[in-house]
Amino acid sequence: MKIKSKASLIPYIIWIALFVIAPIGLIAYYSLLDLNGDFTFANYQNFFTSAYLTMTLTSFWYAFLITFFTLLIAYPTAYFLTKTKHKHLWLMLIIIPSWINLLLKTYAFIGIFGLYGPINAFLEVFGFDPTQILFTDFSFVFVAVYVFIPFMILPIFNSLDKMNPSLIYASRDLGASAWTTFRRVIFPLTIDGVKSGIQVTFIPALSLFMITRLIAGNKVITLGTAIEQQFLVAQNWGMGSTIAVFLILIMFASMLFTRTSKKGGRV
Amino acid sequence: MKSLINATLSIIVVCALLWFAASKLEASGSAGGEGVLTIYNWGEYIDPELIDQFEEQTGITVIYETFDSNEAMLTKVKQGGSAYDIAVPSEYAIETMIEEDLLIEIDHSKLTNLQNIDPYFLDLAFDPKNKYSIPYFWGTVGVVFNPNEIPEHLTFDTWEHLWDPALKNKVFLVDGSREVMGMGLNSLGYSLNSRDEQELREATDHLKELNGNVKAIIGDEITPLMVNNEATVALTFSGQAADMMWENEDLDFAVPSEGSNLWFDNMVIPKTSSNIDGAHAFINFMLDAEVAAQNADYVGYSTPNEAAMALLDEEVISDERFYPPIDMRDNLEVYENLGLEFLGTYNELFLEFKMSLN
Repeated sequence: MKIKSKASLIPYIIWIALFVIAPIGLIAYYSLLDLNGDFTFANYQNFFTSAYLTMTLTSFWYAFLITFFTLLIAYPTAYFLTKTKHKHLWLMLIIIPSWINLLLKTYAFIGIFGLYGPINAFLEVFGFDPTQILFTDFSFVFVAVYVFIPFMILPIFNSLDKMNPSLIYASRDLGASAWTTFRRVIFPLTIDGVKSGIQVTFIPALSLFMITRLIAGNKVITLGTAIEQQFLVAQNWGMGSTIAVFLILIMFASMLFTRTSKKGGRV
Repeated sequence: MKSLINATLSIIVVCALLWFAASKLEASGSAGGEGVLTIYNWGEYIDPELIDQFEEQTGITVIYETFDSNEAMLTKVKQGGSAYDIAVPSEYAIETMIEEDLLIEIDHSKLTNLQNIDPYFLDLAFDPKNKYSIPYFWGTVGVVFNPNEIPEHLTFDTWEHLWDPALKNKVFLVDGSREVMGMGLNSLGYSLNSRDEQELREATDHLKELNGNVKAIIGDEITPLMVNNEATVALTFSGQAADMMWENEDLDFAVPSEGSNLWFDNMVIPKTSSNIDGAHAFINFMLDAEVAAQNADYVGYSTPNEAAMALLDEEVISDERFYPPIDMRDNLEVYENLGLEFLGTYNELFLEFKMSLN
């Protein structure tokens, strides 16, 4: 029995070794090479002494903003979805736009936010002068939030949907106000959904790079942009890998931080 | 146990499939050989009709692929597995390719139309005697602007005009470290190939003063923005500016007098070529006066082909913005291959500049 259970791990071990450990190992290996392929720690030194630290902080800040606003919109949406009659149909309608290619959606926003786009046309009706909404922090966060909303709604919806409604009735019966019920019963019971939502938003938001160029006009620089530059333009694979190593570390940390509780599992 | 073996086997099968797919993909165009010619060119850089015409004339089937940066092209050719017969890199990339022994020497005796090329564009420093490359298009880097939207005194005969307070939030820059750093260096009177740390530092600091004026740093997306009057001032390539002006007649283009970049895109034959005769035939075809004229008319960039210029509209070739006369070209500099080390420095400084914007 014991031997068999060990043997049953083999496929997983092979899979993980090939597709998880080997790539990460390669990144770590390349991060220790300089331009001539010689062993060096200079890339790490460079990371800590140059603009990269500021960049890490900015990436963090924007990823935080994006996650925060996504959560702010996604949680109530998911909550009201569970109250609707055809909730799965509505959920489907929210999910469908995420099937459309990200680049296509981004290009659409260039038109929407443009000086002669629908938003400015609408503002003009109320007597506002057209302003360039594109290439601002606002447009960047807006588009990123738009992109991530479906991914945040899905796990929150699932955990809300699985929650036993009688718990809410019990809470209200026992005299808790609607707010207290939300704070003490609903939210704690759906925290796991929120955590997985944060994971699927925060981590990709850290390495966004196409939107930073097309919507923020490269005025927002994330670690993703820097990695792209190092590999494609500077051809410095070592430095690119070093930034990637730090990105992986940050992701790992944020996974730990939003780890779902083992006890009791998902509600 | 059986399901275990199945699982292990399926992983191996998946790996094998991925391997196979990768080698298939990498060998794009490896179907090469006598009757096939694989061309690797910039996007929107040839009149597609000419490819049909070439196929008809020679019976060779053309496979056409595009790239969007010299670096991307270089990486792909260097890694091998590809079978490009023709590539069209810019001068500093050609220098690198010669250094790294990636090119085949061109047999000039097979190029009967080579005499059509203006001698000015032959025997240049990056490829003496044109052993490895034949001119395709050339151009400059300058400022495209909409005179109706900015104060009259801004004519961009000097780079300093970009720093003018009247352009608050109006300037668009191309997303290239060589172009933007080069502009910063030129604006201070330094060479755009500077390898002097002090000069590079000063240029970066000067660029940072552009902070309030820069609206965005983007790539090809600038064309529709300028055409639709959403942007007023942009640092861009001459040919791209010609494209914009074709669609929006209000626009104007200027190359500031302190100097700027003069670039050449030449046709080369990579070592990976399996149809060297076909490649020569194609180069000779593109050198034909009528073909080159039609191509220049379609693409909008400046042709180095003297015989073709005679066939183009007088109005086009006498336009000093796109065909600057020789004494104006003296002011312009060609990019040198900086080497990876300084390419890295340029990129780090460009990144520093980008991060200072807000």
